[in-house]
Amino acid sequence: MGLAAESQFHVLAVDDSIIDRKLIERLLKTSSYQVTTVDSGSKALEFLGLCENDETNPNTPSVFPNNHQEVEVNLVITDYCMPGMTGYDLLKKIKESSSLKNIPVVIMSSENVPSRINRCLEEGAEEFFLKPVRLSDLSRLKPHMKKTKLKHQKQETEQKFENSEIIQNDQKQTPKSQIQHSETESQSQTQLQAHSTIDQQQQSLQQGNNNKRKNMEQGLSSDTDRTRPRYSGIATVV
Amino acid sequence: MEVGQMQRQWMGYMKSLFMEGFLDGQFLQLQQLQDENNPEFVVEVVSLFFEDSERILKDLSFAVDQQSVDFKKIDAHVHQFKGSSASIGAQRVKNACIAFRNFCEEQNIDACRSCLQQVKQEYIHVKNKLETLLRLEQQIVAAGGSIPMMEWN
Repeated sequence: MGLAAESQFHVLAVDDSIIDRKLIERLLKTSSYQVTTVDSGSKALEFLGLCENDETNPNTPSVFPNNHQEVEVNLVITDYCMPGMTGYDLLKKIKESSSLKNIPVVIMSSENVPSRINRCLEEGAEEFFLKPVRLSDLSRLKPHMKKTKLKHQKQETEQKFENSEIIQNDQKQTPKSQIQHSETESQSQTQLQAHSTIDQQQQSLQQGNNNKRKNMEQGLSSDTDRTRPRYSGIATVV
Repeated sequence: MEVGQMQRQWMGYMKSLFMEGFLDGQFLQLQQLQDENNPEFVVEVVSLFFEDSERILKDLSFAVDQQSVDFKKIDAHVHQFKGSSASIGAQRVKNACIAFRNFCEEQNIDACRSCLQQVKQEYIHVKNKLETLLRLEQQIVAAGGSIPMMEWN
């Protein structure tokens, strides 16, 4: 699996409003993602191959073996407020599932409620977008998908080496020149380096998140305020 | 009417919709998402908004006329309406919904009923305005012109 597959990133968008589905689909497609939209959390889980009944019957496997892996989903973006299963419930189900927990989840909500935002981020959501989502918000999605792809690759590498932990620990301290002789090892090294860059990115994103939360708490409590700054960028829009 | 004149008319009309607060920046976001591959995007979203709004307004009229009023249900409908109007940039409908929700919380049925009338009015208003705007756009395109650049500072 190569990193070149960037344009192939596949996003599953979940929203009960047909208008918002249409909008998020267009936004994602404009940003060159492959998009699938569904109108409820349970349909999202079905699409991801997670069996909904696994709580009521612990003996059934949580994942339909045939369903899963058929379509790779690189990110789930979901509305928060939906009848039945909320976006928060969906987030929890994904993070509780061993097969799905690595899929980044982004929550969207029209309501700016700090406690809700914090709860979602604590539960493992990567981002929280205020609705209506704008084109500029979507640039924040890509780092999360890249991160997961790397994790995926790293896991595959780990499966190849049985003593992966020891090898990785060695590599962290081994100067680059010394490991060039082994192709597989140098590959992992590159991945590790890439990974640490991503970690840094993640850190700055985390800070970004915190700032964002702060901004939300401070300034955006009223809905009417929020639309004002948007005019500033409008001159070249249409 | 020649194309240039229609375009100027469109610009003036658009400007008035923003000045009077019928539309906000979100509507320009929609226009930004329309391109040669999706030339009908705005019309499609606006049509969905009309259909959705009429369904919600019907549900709301029914809900406020019940013997025992379920304010949670009313609030859920208004929440939906607020979301869809925000998504297409129908600012005055959205603001009317925000006021409406406050009275749901207070469980004030008289205020809720008058809010419903207000929301309806704002919806009919913006619907007429959007229909006029989109008709103008169709005329411009039919005459071989393109939709002008919107300047808004």
